[in-house]
Amino acid sequence: MFNTQTRRAFLNRGSQGLGTVALASLLGGKNLSAQPSRGVIQNLAYPQKAKRVIWLTMAGGPSQLELFDHKPKLAEMDGQPMPESFTKGQQLAQLQGQKLFCKGGVFQFQKYGNCQLEMSELLPEIGSVADDICLVRSMTTDAINHDPAHMFMNTGTQIAGRPSMGAWVTYGLGSEAENLPGFVVLMSTGPGRSPQPIATRQWSSGFLPSRFQGVQLRSKGDPVLYLSNPQGISRDQQGADVSAINELNREHATLIDDPEIATRIAQYEMAFQMQSSVPELVDIGGETAHTLKMYGCQPGDGSFASNCLLARRLAERGTRFIQLYHRDWDHHSVLKEELPLRAKEVDRACAALIRDLKQRGLFDDTLIVWSGEFGRTPMAQSNKGPSGRDHHNKSMSIWMAGAGIKRGFAYGSTDELGYAAVEEVATVHDLHATMLHQLGIDHNALSHKFQGLDVRLTGVEGAKVLDKILT
Amino acid sequence: MQNKLPLLDWQFSGRISCLAILLLLSFCEEGLWAAAPGEVRFNRDVRPILSDHCFSCHGPDANHREADLRLDVRDAAIAAKAIVPNQPIESELIARILTNDPEKRMPPESAHKPLTAQQVDTLQRWVEQGAEYEPHWAYQLPVKTAVPAGVNAVDFLVRKRLNQIGIIPSPQADRRTLIRRLSFDLIGLPPTPQDVADFVNDQSPEAYAKVINRLLQSPHYGERMATSWLDVVRYADTIGYHSDVPRNVWPYRDWVIRSFNENKRFDRFTMEQVAGDLLPDANQETRVGSAFNRLLLTTEEGGAQPKDYEQRMLTDRVRAIGAAWLGQTTGCSQCHDHKFDPITMRDFYSLGAFFADIKELSVGKRENGMLVTSAEQESQLAQLDAIVAERRTAYSFVEQQVNAAQQQWLAGLMTNPVSLPEAAADSKASDDLKKLAQQVTDLLKQPADQWDTKQKEAVQGYYRKAVNTSLDAPQQALTQAEAERNRYYDALPKCIVSVSEPEKRTVRILPRGNWMDETGEIVKPALPAFLVPAPQTGRELTRLDLAQWLVSRENPLTARTVMNRMWKQFFGTGLSRVLDDLGAQGEPPVNPELLDWLACEFVDSGWDVQHMVRLVVMSDTYQQVSTATKELAAVDPNNRECARQTPFRLDAELVRDNALAISGLLVPKIGGPSVKPYQPDRYWENLNFPTRDWVPDSGESLYRRGLYIWWQRSFLHPSLLAFDAPSREECVAERNRSNIPQQALVLLNDPIYIEAARVFAARVLNECHGDTPQRIKYAWQLTLQRDPTPQELTIATRLLAQQQSAYEQAPASADELLKTGAAPLPDNIDHRELAAWTHVTRVLFNLHETITRP
Repeated sequence: MFNTQTRRAFLNRGSQGLGTVALASLLGGKNLSAQPSRGVIQNLAYPQKAKRVIWLTMAGGPSQLELFDHKPKLAEMDGQPMPESFTKGQQLAQLQGQKLFCKGGVFQFQKYGNCQLEMSELLPEIGSVADDICLVRSMTTDAINHDPAHMFMNTGTQIAGRPSMGAWVTYGLGSEAENLPGFVVLMSTGPGRSPQPIATRQWSSGFLPSRFQGVQLRSKGDPVLYLSNPQGISRDQQGADVSAINELNREHATLIDDPEIATRIAQYEMAFQMQSSVPELVDIGGETAHTLKMYGCQPGDGSFASNCLLARRLAERGTRFIQLYHRDWDHHSVLKEELPLRAKEVDRACAALIRDLKQRGLFDDTLIVWSGEFGRTPMAQSNKGPSGRDHHNKSMSIWMAGAGIKRGFAYGSTDELGYAAVEEVATVHDLHATMLHQLGIDHNALSHKFQGLDVRLTGVEGAKVLDKILT
Repeated sequence: MQNKLPLLDWQFSGRISCLAILLLLSFCEEGLWAAAPGEVRFNRDVRPILSDHCFSCHGPDANHREADLRLDVRDAAIAAKAIVPNQPIESELIARILTNDPEKRMPPESAHKPLTAQQVDTLQRWVEQGAEYEPHWAYQLPVKTAVPAGVNAVDFLVRKRLNQIGIIPSPQADRRTLIRRLSFDLIGLPPTPQDVADFVNDQSPEAYAKVINRLLQSPHYGERMATSWLDVVRYADTIGYHSDVPRNVWPYRDWVIRSFNENKRFDRFTMEQVAGDLLPDANQETRVGSAFNRLLLTTEEGGAQPKDYEQRMLTDRVRAIGAAWLGQTTGCSQCHDHKFDPITMRDFYSLGAFFADIKELSVGKRENGMLVTSAEQESQLAQLDAIVAERRTAYSFVEQQVNAAQQQWLAGLMTNPVSLPEAAADSKASDDLKKLAQQVTDLLKQPADQWDTKQKEAVQGYYRKAVNTSLDAPQQALTQAEAERNRYYDALPKCIVSVSEPEKRTVRILPRGNWMDETGEIVKPALPAFLVPAPQTGRELTRLDLAQWLVSRENPLTARTVMNRMWKQFFGTGLSRVLDDLGAQGEPPVNPELLDWLACEFVDSGWDVQHMVRLVVMSDTYQQVSTATKELAAVDPNNRECARQTPFRLDAELVRDNALAISGLLVPKIGGPSVKPYQPDRYWENLNFPTRDWVPDSGESLYRRGLYIWWQRSFLHPSLLAFDAPSREECVAERNRSNIPQQALVLLNDPIYIEAARVFAARVLNECHGDTPQRIKYAWQLTLQRDPTPQELTIATRLLAQQQSAYEQAPASADELLKTGAAPLPDNIDHRELAAWTHVTRVLFNLHETITRP
């Protein structure tokens, strides 16, 4: 399977990497004889509108009432007690046991685009691509604390140890990236405050094979853990060692008939390739000044904008699932001061990502999702300094774009105070089902046997595809 | 009928010709079933089909039952006419799986669970043969098949099946392979070349048994066995949720190691964990075992509701008992009666109620826990306490005198009011003292009985500071003694353990698992009704009752579950493949007689773990070669029948241990606080509350075995994670065994492997004074306990030359490479030479063979 010719090619290429030596990819089947697999799903249930996903996670829970869900009535009632009819018997987080007062939105809303989509003054750039996005104002979730809420958003359950969506999707579809991971995670943080932690479990492959786990691309240090050669070892030297390892493993394979040896050889080639392909990927120095300006980033700044640009580069290279986290949206207090900062950090880059994907012909088959892990209360929280809003699971807003999602469209609504989603109520499982649908997957059919059960991303309670937001 | 069901005709006509072959070689998932032609057995053949395809809607869960039909109970299925025994054509079940009408066809398309032709055929023949049911195999008490005296039961029962299906077992592996296999399986470390030579040259018939005895007596045996158990019980150093802060729990890890090394009876091992605080002979040791009940995930997140987390903790514990002892997936019953197994919501919450007595916060910081001391530490602490007490007495004595003197002093001042020359006039007095003196001077103008507490303190403070300092010395002595005592106390091991509170939490059945719904019935602790039908005693059951039942002869599950996991440790796959589910959705064991025999023997032996380990590894079955003939690979590709051994990659911790052991870097110390070896910078950057930096240890802590590495649930050490170590947020009976590029990156680039390689290279150069081929052979021997083949020698020699020339050209790079890691550099070896050899040893660490248990 690794004939003399390719071996020689491997030995000779040294510092250039391995070129196009055929490999069972990172996401491929268990042994080399298999085709570079596209995953366990052989026949797609639906036309594949989305070839890849870029999920922009605003970690901490951005306030929909300042950004997407305009509630004049709430503003009228600012400072008045929250009517008990809304909140009685409902789950609260930090407001538990406190007197509840209405808090009107603190920023202006305006209408954007031909579609006249109503959004915050804080998001003019996203507003400028309003005609390309679909706003969902009727999202809900089950969880109300950060950690379980992220888990629920990523894995469809609040029990740890389950695969996140990126793992499910690469498991189902494989990846088209030959020498990069199929599921990549990027993290950025607004400066200054103390953001909520994000655990590696959020991109875990859970009970799925480990090759489907998300790989974090770091902005400082090795972009992928253990990617760099040890000090004092050049790429040529590393190449010599890797080829000796593989030669020796091949020798061993002639004595021991174990398919794992062939896989091991392939993984060493893959690792060696990643050592050059990943640095090439993360080096945005070659992007034009125009592009850098459009996103609003500098090479090496580790910003959300840089990560958006990297997301585009990953999309171009065939990575299936790209998840960005921008942290520090947890505005229990100082909402008025902090929220505009976060909004500014992401606004321009989000719009740039859409424009860039469009101009490169990638927008139509890339599914973009912008969401937090939960929403925020229409009630004020004032016990932690200047007023903010508490965690909320009865209503939140997200937006989606690309890949067969309606453009310039608003879906669903909340009650007059923005407390609960009332029209076209959408659950996290519905969101997952819809995303899978755009990827061509029937969410009921994507399952994996674990502890005797056919476990699905969308759980057992049933989920519906949000047909009305699809073209 | 035939018109109505055209499929039927086709099915029957086509069936006969291939029936014999189909039955002789009929596979269930992976296992090769030996079946008498035509004989359908419910547990083996039918239940898996019904469970996976039908029970979800027509099974035990009454609330989600469709058409009021249940197929898991024979009488009900017959009453509903779904089954007419011996009359497949009359049976609605058969009609509905055969029909072409998509509206009527079962299972419905929406379930995505179509039946294969073979499954349809099985169901038809089953009905034809009378549709007999059997109780689920795992819920029946195991039956011990008679095995002839003097025969290893494992071999007898494995070969009984091999005979039935016509497979010939494989020959015995060579001695080097055997001792490598035994060493990795029993102590998790490689043998030395000397160990191998001794074994190879030992002509006595007990040679093999001697190796086993030596390994079972090694303190590393406990470490090896503990690694698997710690996964099963989700042991970790941190709380798991959100801030994922540390908790004191490592004494439990050492308790597990000790328990295996002492060969503690498994029933006792169980009872100490579930109820170590409630045992009549409870002591520090058993209480540390009871830390098991505290290993679950907890949170300190702001806004977390106690009721919410109370429920999460209850369900976490029930899942843990299900996973670790019962081999049952109980999690479904949190929200509804189990769809496949007879576990009801009542069973679930009643099991949870056993733990309602455990003292703990639902939300918030874990307590420091119980002091865990050796006798020596205890006496040292007592000694320090005695010194503190002694000095306190001395202090009190002097204090009385000083107080008396102060009274006289005051009396004198009151009668002869003067300024306070002791301080006010002293130019060297501090500002504070001057201020105090002024305050006291003012106070003296009022009668002493009008002073409030603060004012009295001021006067006393002044007196003791400026007038009479005879308390200073005893005060200092006391403070010092207290500080010393506290320093010692703080450094003593502590462990969060189970403490039973008389006031128990109320446990309710939570409708749909919703913790905010308090309408559900209150339940008391109770054993699962489907396993323990008899009503229990009048008193309320405790965790001790639960523990005793888990390891009672009446419980059909525990011994099977434990033996099935043990089988996996020694053969790579369980006898029933799904280690954590012996229920309907799991896999009926490939060799049920064997699993049952092992379970019975385990109990009969007094739950003697080492007896069972010895029994398995002494078998010829265990000692077979792991290479498959073409025929064998074709007929049993996944080696479910054990007609050979299976090679598998070492577990994450052992990959590291192996390299450290080979290099000589390994510090073989047993137990103690978790250690922090090198970890990439900023790996913890997304942790918060508080933000933390991983500060690597120094000295011997850098070279301890993998199981001692700090287990941070939300950010497990990436080198362990790459090799499939679980985060231990949930109980894990079976680790993934992946083969991914990150593993190559770790072995190639993680500094510990570079350091180990350079130390190993120095070892080779210092210990072997021969020429290059001899040194390469020496390195091969230490790593793989064999000589390299001529081809291997050529490859290694060529690589060495290539790297030598690279470092000749760039000698500074050699220095750079050798700076990796904290271990001292030998001063007698040229750096270029050592660096080049480091590549050879590094390559050895990366070989598939090196990280594979043969």
